[in-house]
Amino acid sequence: MNDMRVVDRAVDAQDLKIDAKNVDVFYGTTHAIKGVNVEIQDKTVTAFIGPSGCGKSTFLRCLNRMNDTIDICRVTGDIRLEGEDIYHAKVDPVQLRAKVGMVFQKPNPFPKSIYDNVAYGPRIHGLAGNKADLDEIVEKSLKRAALWNEVKDRLDAPGTGLSGGQQQRLCIARAVATGPEVLLMDEPCSALDPIATAQVEELIDELRSRFSVVIVTHSMQQAARVSQKTAFFHLGELVEYDDTTQIFTNPKDPRTESYITGRIG
Amino acid sequence: MTDAAANTPRKKSSIYATDANTKKRNAREARFRAFGLTAIGIGIAALVFLVVSIVGNGYNAFRQTYITIPVELAEQRLDPAGNRDPAEMARVTTFGYAPLLAQALQQHLQAEGIPMDGVNPRDLMAMISQEAPAQVRAMVLANPEIVGQTITLEMLAGGRIDGYFKNRVTLESAERDSNVSPAQLMLAEAMAAAGIIDTRFNWRFITGPDASGQRPEAAGLGVAILGSLYMMLVVLVLALPIGVAASIYLEEFAPQNRFTDIIEVNISNLAAVPSIVFGILGLAIFINFAGLPQSAPIVGGLVLTLMTLPTIIIATRAALRAVPPSIRDAALGLGASKMQAVFHHVLPLAMPGILTGTIIGLAQALGETAPLLLIGMVAFVREFPDAPPEGLFDPTSALPVQVFNWTQRSDPAFVERASGATIVLLVFLVCMNLLAVMLRRRFERRW
Repeated sequence: MNDMRVVDRAVDAQDLKIDAKNVDVFYGTTHAIKGVNVEIQDKTVTAFIGPSGCGKSTFLRCLNRMNDTIDICRVTGDIRLEGEDIYHAKVDPVQLRAKVGMVFQKPNPFPKSIYDNVAYGPRIHGLAGNKADLDEIVEKSLKRAALWNEVKDRLDAPGTGLSGGQQQRLCIARAVATGPEVLLMDEPCSALDPIATAQVEELIDELRSRFSVVIVTHSMQQAARVSQKTAFFHLGELVEYDDTTQIFTNPKDPRTESYITGRIG
Repeated sequence: MTDAAANTPRKKSSIYATDANTKKRNAREARFRAFGLTAIGIGIAALVFLVVSIVGNGYNAFRQTYITIPVELAEQRLDPAGNRDPAEMARVTTFGYAPLLAQALQQHLQAEGIPMDGVNPRDLMAMISQEAPAQVRAMVLANPEIVGQTITLEMLAGGRIDGYFKNRVTLESAERDSNVSPAQLMLAEAMAAAGIIDTRFNWRFITGPDASGQRPEAAGLGVAILGSLYMMLVVLVLALPIGVAASIYLEEFAPQNRFTDIIEVNISNLAAVPSIVFGILGLAIFINFAGLPQSAPIVGGLVLTLMTLPTIIIATRAALRAVPPSIRDAALGLGASKMQAVFHHVLPLAMPGILTGTIIGLAQALGETAPLLLIGMVAFVREFPDAPPEGLFDPTSALPVQVFNWTQRSDPAFVERASGATIVLLVFLVCMNLLAVMLRRRFERRW
């Protein structure tokens, strides 16, 4: 896992997907995120790296308003999804989250069958007109999450009975099934073993062809392997945001350099 | 740990030899285990003693002594007008029926050749329950055609005769008893030998209504069981939806502020309020203010609902809190609304806990006596209530109140009745708990 080689992948598109300006987040009186500006591009994997407690997960959760579920959390600033302010009074966070899907740190499949796990999103959003459509969505999503071959014979089996890596891929399939435009991943591999991690990373790279993926990770190697853009957070501030190659080979900020060389964090 | 301590070399010792410190710790552990075992032993012994004493006293309530003889329902006594008009026949009171039964018994004894040594006709009549003429009268009025025929009747034996066959009354105790003489008991013995008297399972105890203090042999739990059942129905219908809705709102939707904190503290406190206070509240609000009838299961149910709500709310909230937050996140992250997240994912996972809490609450309510005394359910009720919903407004009794009532009566026969009623109450509670376990098993998905 000491592979610090930066995978050289061309960024396919230059379209701006999410544009965050002057974002501040407060937990009660704690100032968790301080004036962050990030532009996230479409069909790109953007990695947020930084030491524990630096606010990278908090910022990620601002992007689909998951922070709304925390009473004491307050977000200010301007976050736009394709030019539309996601914190606008008219925006229903429920609708937003259908467009901006999320995969969590710990695999959290519903205690239902594999099929029902994947079908849940399409069902509540009314994406499938009939059973055949739904079956197709489920199959496509599972294939996209590289899980289809492993589970196609036991779609009725409980999702919680799968292995950790399979569960996480099931969660990815579940998020993909809703047809999001952006996929947020909060340390998706931190509970997985190296083999499962490799599978999920490969998957993330494939997902890039259709979505804009934002991944929070503890592991710099992972950021180097899967992302095209990297943002380094430290103590609630965005220290540096640039092409991954640039960050890992030629960081501008001394703090970034200290972090990627292992001196802080 | 200081460096000095860390560096002190351990004395060389064999691990085969137990040192003093280890011995001390082992002894402490052994003592604690002994305390624990003793505590559990005392608990089990108390439970066994309770069950044995209740069952020992109470099982006799489920057996009853009957006198079976042919009785001629003489027309000139029961229907002097001879037109079988129930309205006119109703003028003959139980006093008209009683001599008929006594006469029939006397004739039957003569026919069987059983001597009535020292038992005069009045004493003979006393061997039949005072309830028997009333039962025969009810039978005749319901079916006037049987007047004039000779039919075989099963009549309740008097309380003391019944007691004799259950070893509650003995020849010695009868000498000191003004209600029964040894001669009557000897006669009863002879009648039993001839097959006129026998003791068998007592359905009346479960299905029949209560009887007055002089007729313990006729007393039954029917009205009380129905009353308790009606109340549980009211509690279930009101407390479950209100309690679960309140818990879901408080746990999942309500903002965390001073107001909800106060509500939370108050709910916890309400669970500890003495039940009689709820009775006073019910009396003031439901009977005096709202004008609902006294002794009615609807009022009892409402009072018990108030009492059960905190239990259900506390249990439900605990069950909701036990659902991992990752499930909520998962649903919300997929774009489910808060309500969809709660009803599709959180509630099903919390269901076993909610059901257990509800059934524990119901069981508590089923055994509650004090608040029911205050709203008049302690009254002597012989009339069966109608079917719900109208029946909810009819006066009834309740199981625990019936136990309370019977323990206050003077006739010793009521001791066994009260214990019997306790057994019925316990059986109900055990059944409810079994139901709770079953529902838990069913809803619990260990995936």
